[in-house]
Amino acid sequence: MSEPIIEFKDFSFQYRAQKHPTLTDINLRVFPGEKILIAGPSGSGKSTLGSCLNGLIPFNCPGKITGELTVGGQTPKSVFQLSDIVGTVLQDTDGQFVGLSSGEDIAFVLENNTCPQAEMKARVLEVARLVGADGYLSHSPQRLSGGQKQRVSMAGVLISDTSILLLDEPLAALDPLTGKRAVELVDEVANRTGCTVIIIEHRLEDVLWKKMDRIILLDSGRIVADGVPDDIVVSAKLREIGLREPLYISALRRAGVTVTPENKPGRLDTLIVTDDDTAKVREWAVCKSDNWSDNAKNGGTPLLEAKNVHFAYPETGVDALKDVSFSLYPGEMAAIVGCNGAGKSTLAKLIAGFETLNAGDILFNGANMRDWTIPECAERIGYVMQNPNQMICKPMIFDEIALGLRVRGVPEAEVAERVERALGVCGLTRFIKWPISALSYGQKKRVTIADALVLDPQILILDEPTAGQDWRHYTDIMDFLVELNRRGITVLMITHDMHLCLEYAKRALVFADGRLIADRPEYEVLSDPELAARANLRETSLYGLARMCGIGDAKSLVRAYIGGES
Amino acid sequence: MTAFGYIPRDSVLHRLTGASKLIMTVALSIAAMITFDTRFLVFVIIISLVMFGLSKIRFSELKVLLALITLFLIINNVAIYLFAPEQGTLIYNTRNELFHIAGRYSVTAEQLFYQLNVSLKYFAIVPVALIFFLTTEPGEFASSLNALKVHYKIAFAVSLSLRYIPDVQRAYREISQAQQARGVDISRKASLRRRLAGILAILFPLVFSSIDKIEQISNAMELRSFGRMKKRTWYAARSFSKRDFVFVGISVLFVLLSVLTLVVNGGRFYNPF
Amino acid sequence: MKFTVKHIVATAIGAALFFLLARFLSFPLFANTYLTLQYAVLGFFAAVFGPIAGLLIGLIGHALTDLAWGYGIWWSWVIASTIVGLLSGFIVKAGSVESGEFGKKGIIRFVIGSLIIHGVSWGLVAPVLDILIYAEPADKVFVQGIIAGAGNFVLTAIVGTLLILGYTKTRVKSGSLE
Repeated sequence: MSEPIIEFKDFSFQYRAQKHPTLTDINLRVFPGEKILIAGPSGSGKSTLGSCLNGLIPFNCPGKITGELTVGGQTPKSVFQLSDIVGTVLQDTDGQFVGLSSGEDIAFVLENNTCPQAEMKARVLEVARLVGADGYLSHSPQRLSGGQKQRVSMAGVLISDTSILLLDEPLAALDPLTGKRAVELVDEVANRTGCTVIIIEHRLEDVLWKKMDRIILLDSGRIVADGVPDDIVVSAKLREIGLREPLYISALRRAGVTVTPENKPGRLDTLIVTDDDTAKVREWAVCKSDNWSDNAKNGGTPLLEAKNVHFAYPETGVDALKDVSFSLYPGEMAAIVGCNGAGKSTLAKLIAGFETLNAGDILFNGANMRDWTIPECAERIGYVMQNPNQMICKPMIFDEIALGLRVRGVPEAEVAERVERALGVCGLTRFIKWPISALSYGQKKRVTIADALVLDPQILILDEPTAGQDWRHYTDIMDFLVELNRRGITVLMITHDMHLCLEYAKRALVFADGRLIADRPEYEVLSDPELAARANLRETSLYGLARMCGIGDAKSLVRAYIGGES
Repeated sequence: MTAFGYIPRDSVLHRLTGASKLIMTVALSIAAMITFDTRFLVFVIIISLVMFGLSKIRFSELKVLLALITLFLIINNVAIYLFAPEQGTLIYNTRNELFHIAGRYSVTAEQLFYQLNVSLKYFAIVPVALIFFLTTEPGEFASSLNALKVHYKIAFAVSLSLRYIPDVQRAYREISQAQQARGVDISRKASLRRRLAGILAILFPLVFSSIDKIEQISNAMELRSFGRMKKRTWYAARSFSKRDFVFVGISVLFVLLSVLTLVVNGGRFYNPF
Repeated sequence: MKFTVKHIVATAIGAALFFLLARFLSFPLFANTYLTLQYAVLGFFAAVFGPIAGLLIGLIGHALTDLAWGYGIWWSWVIASTIVGLLSGFIVKAGSVESGEFGKKGIIRFVIGSLIIHGVSWGLVAPVLDILIYAEPADKVFVQGIIAGAGNFVLTAIVGTLLILGYTKTRVKSGSLE
């Protein structure tokens, strides 16, 4: 075998500001042309490991290093020197996009290395074609979708012909279908250029859509597993460190099938199941599904009613929502799903009163909301933004949550009582005297939920409540929302995450191109590949598994899976 | 939204480099700053209006902008008159009273002429600044500055702020909506105190979430070699053509002419009285 | 004082914020004189990122604002903003905000420093340039300058200080933790 292109030897790193090392005793060799997935929960040190490869550590972010690291056969000397060997695509495509147009952004590294303009233009076009970004070279970043931005980011890195391609959480900001295409693109590029690929990601199943050579599992700064996907996906380590195993493996396990590395379970495409196994799955699906009862609460008067809603943004004049009608009943937990740009966030903003509809009506408890101000809407419908840092405006938790009451002139005694109650509901009581800055991201998210709850709304709308969260934090947040729902609050989630929808929502409103194209129980939406295609969503791997097991109607398998969840 | 103010058209002025348009803007600003010669200012305005015509941008596209400029000029004129109704008399050393209003306020020909000159001076820069602003592709902006010997890091800072203005604007809008939902009021209906408190509730998350991005963006730039070399090339740069040299020549001429008026008039003011 | 890539990005973000605040969040105070928050943000950025970033934010932010309003560029006030940015970078000890050492003394320095800076820039530099360039009546420009300067100073002293304190809190907590 050839020399390793990356080699860590007894490597440890400790950030200057921290008491303990973030990476401990890392021993890892990567060979040219390998495709490696580095996975681990938040705080496991996986991003730190990536930063060691591109030189941000230790050159831009000082700390103490022990042991050795060689990249491309030499010890790293500077960020610039490493940038000739390692091309990095960062997680945040908005932050990475520094040009005023796609073309400029792709050319950025060439500009900085004083490449002549004519050569630059030719090479930009060539790389843009490779990733399929040549159709929007003159577009500004504001005009691009998340997927397009990522293609531009990839092109901007590929243009410098580095032998290693490093992707830091490339899927975090993408909807699942776009994510799937991104994984395909990386695979294609790697096959064509022969470069070494390192993907840092916690969404295991999504990355494994294409073949990876090895998976490295990280937990608390140590490598806890290093092996081929077929071994890793069935190892108990995965669940121990709080990562989610692929859905089809969970389903097989629940159906009583033992999955071993011999089944080639690394990817659904390679999975081998015996007739015996498929029989077990079929039986499980039938039996569990029989116990199913649709307990959706579609009775009584609707709490919220949208009637032929139509909306176009005044700046662009483009129709964002067309003829949307639906009813939401008290106590429901529903999801608005659709890919980016389908109109789901727009709908949430209309319900929250941020924008005014062009035609149609939205009724709350039968009353028309047309003339309500934003604050009036907020007393009935709470809205929680995706990024808590954009909502929090006070340094202390108590003041932050009290804000909504204080500006309404609620007496201070009542403020205290209501804030305490909201904190209690959100499990934040012990933090009552804390500053916001001491909280984790997930805790901040709870604070923003408390911000909304303190006004005693009947409906809570959450925009992508679990975006960018690893499985453990994701489960925490979602369990909390289920708990709120049990207390009688109607919950409406906006998401492109089909897993979220699958496990927690009882009903899904599917949007595509500004239209409501389906309003059904979630298991039906998830098992309908045709609908998924129309909505530009990605069907879950349960559908594929159902087909493999000869289950004609995937619905029953999905139902069985959800039934087994609780 | 389109990037900043750029309106794409196919015109002579669009084909000029941003650098030469910037030189023209600065040159005219200097020329108009130096002199109060009415004839020269009118000449400048006529030439710049002609250029504006050549840019194929219609005044109807700029209604709001023009209304604002007019309002600005009106308020400024009223303010000057209220504070110094005899400023013209002081400057031109004669006093031709047209009519008396009340107290110390009367209207003199000198005052009218002086205020006309002040307005012309402000207005003289407007068309050419608009040309620069509306016909230069934002991407070319930075390379133009760099071509004018501004250090590339500073030139890029300008480009980068143009890049993030729409993002900051969107963040502002979203944060403002979310805070309004919590009950903060920044509308004119609210008292000044409440409005200020409301604005702070928007400003803090806006500033801090923007600052959060700085490190990410600078890392992304360094990972792609920004700052590695002593200079850099520009994807969006345009090379100087004959047209540009002519345009820059005209700019220089304007400055020289304006200096000439100083000599001819024996001072900054042209005095018809 | 090093001017790194981080400072360039801070300059760009600062100028973008300056532009936004000047354009969308201003209260008219007096004839063509507005009460705006951009100087609070300018003072804050200058205190955190130093005088060069401050100077550039003032210059770029104000020039872009004027261009977008269609005024052409009103150089006298652009220069005054640039001076505010530059000088504000000197009043707080370099790096003291970043390291979380900005205490009571820092607040006092920041407030008094801002008073002097805004006094000089709006009470002196801007009106004198207005007189030199546009031969405007002295009374008018001094009144305009003093009103604008007072407004800018008050907002900088209050909001700028709050921003610095808020920022210091986020800095301290990120260090020395688990």
